[in-house]
Amino acid sequence: MSHSPQGAIKEAKGAYVSIDSVGKSFGDKQVLSDINLSIASGQFVAIVGRSGCGKSTLLRLLAGLEEVSSGEILLDGIAVNGIREDTRMLFQDARLLPWKRCVENVQLGMKSRSYEQALASLEQVGLHERANEWPSVLSGGQRQRVSLARALVSSPRLLLLDEPLGALDALTRIDMQNLIENLWLEQKFTTVLVTHDVDEAVALADRVILIENGLIAFDIQITLARPRERNNDFIYFEKLILDRILQRGEHEQQDKVYAI
Amino acid sequence: MKWLRKIVDSPIAPAIIPIVVLVVWQLLGQLGWISTRILPTPLAVAKAAVKLTLSGELIQYIGSSTMRALIGFGIGGAIGFILGILNGLSHTANRLLDSSVQMVRNVPHLALIPLVIIWFGIGETAKIFLVALGTFFPIYMNTLHGIRSIDPGLIEMAKVYRLQGKDLYRHVIFPGAVSSILVGVRYALGFMWLTLIVSETISSNSGIGYMAMNAREFMRLDVVVLAIIIYALLGKLSDTIAKLLEQKLLQWHPNYSKQ
Repeated sequence: MSHSPQGAIKEAKGAYVSIDSVGKSFGDKQVLSDINLSIASGQFVAIVGRSGCGKSTLLRLLAGLEEVSSGEILLDGIAVNGIREDTRMLFQDARLLPWKRCVENVQLGMKSRSYEQALASLEQVGLHERANEWPSVLSGGQRQRVSLARALVSSPRLLLLDEPLGALDALTRIDMQNLIENLWLEQKFTTVLVTHDVDEAVALADRVILIENGLIAFDIQITLARPRERNNDFIYFEKLILDRILQRGEHEQQDKVYAI
Repeated sequence: MKWLRKIVDSPIAPAIIPIVVLVVWQLLGQLGWISTRILPTPLAVAKAAVKLTLSGELIQYIGSSTMRALIGFGIGGAIGFILGILNGLSHTANRLLDSSVQMVRNVPHLALIPLVIIWFGIGETAKIFLVALGTFFPIYMNTLHGIRSIDPGLIEMAKVYRLQGKDLYRHVIFPGAVSSILVGVRYALGFMWLTLIVSETISSNSGIGYMAMNAREFMRLDVVVLAIIIYALLGKLSDTIAKLLEQKLLQWHPNYSKQ
């Protein structure tokens, strides 16, 4: 239950997130050691890193699905302790209830369970015509779009994306990226995207953060204009981040140049 | 081979073999190849059926058997369902109860008949108790399994969307377990008739089992066979109802929607 009045939530655009020396360990295993990060309201942040680096854990901490072991996470100055009404999360699999029609799945996304609002939300993602289908007849991309509609129907202030496009084919993925970008530009919710796809991070985010060994290793603003094209500047950013992830040293790079 | 294909696809296909069996059986009986003292012909059985129907006995017997079956199923099924839900959702309850239930499950419930007769006499209670016991386990096991096999991802999703208590149960847990529960229902219906037949043949003064045992004393084999056929029909009927229930409740399921 949020203590601020409903109207105020609707008006304010995105949540302001501040992560204050957060650590998380499971038993003896330290996954995140000392994360400090503040995300401005309405910013689109991508978190990249090798698998197992703790990026998904950080997202789950933000969602309130896990508790921090040390430090604290503040949303608009209020500590996150548990799942919040204005935070929504999109998982890698759509996680639709297979026994509910698409529109009913979207209805679950809000307290009022309003059919009209659910339909409107499906229209945003271009699936209102399939509102009465079972999820099992939809394609993976369509399911993920229904899932997006469900996440957005309650106008969240913080949207968390846990590799939501990882399982989609390349073309569907580009469509979904455009859809997410457009909805974000329109509604200006704060967004945190966890991905292993650097191309996707550069295409969508204002800012890319690399997590390595439980620490933030790299934090870069992507200063490209939107909508983004995959031109030379784009590739510059992509290479910069990828080189950093793969820890290609400068010598190594030069060797490669000579080798070619 | 075209005609064969046609027959297989036609709606009467499943009835072909029973019809052939009936015809052959009738012929064998009529020609004297099978003594009617061992097995009456289908026509004789049908005649007995007509006679007993007209006298009202048959309807009354089917009625009292069905009543016992349903009451027993209702009690056993309800307890199994509730206990299955409880143990599926609560780790504590599961730790305390499940292994005891599993232990009791391994006792064939019909082995309890002597004990049950001493406890409840030979009245209705004994039969209902046995039916309830027989239907309890399949429903319990499958409800528990259904709840255990719900995708944890969906539960987590429900958490993010703050579905709790009644909502969580109504939208996620029950529909998620329902296909497994229905398998339990079909098993339970089978056990229901089985238990009833056995308990009715042992001691009763109404019901189909009573009709069969009574007829045996008078060597009325046509009535005995009729009783057996009625059990088969009742079993088939309850299975059909369970199937319809499946189609209704599992419309969303790709494996059921095409039936």
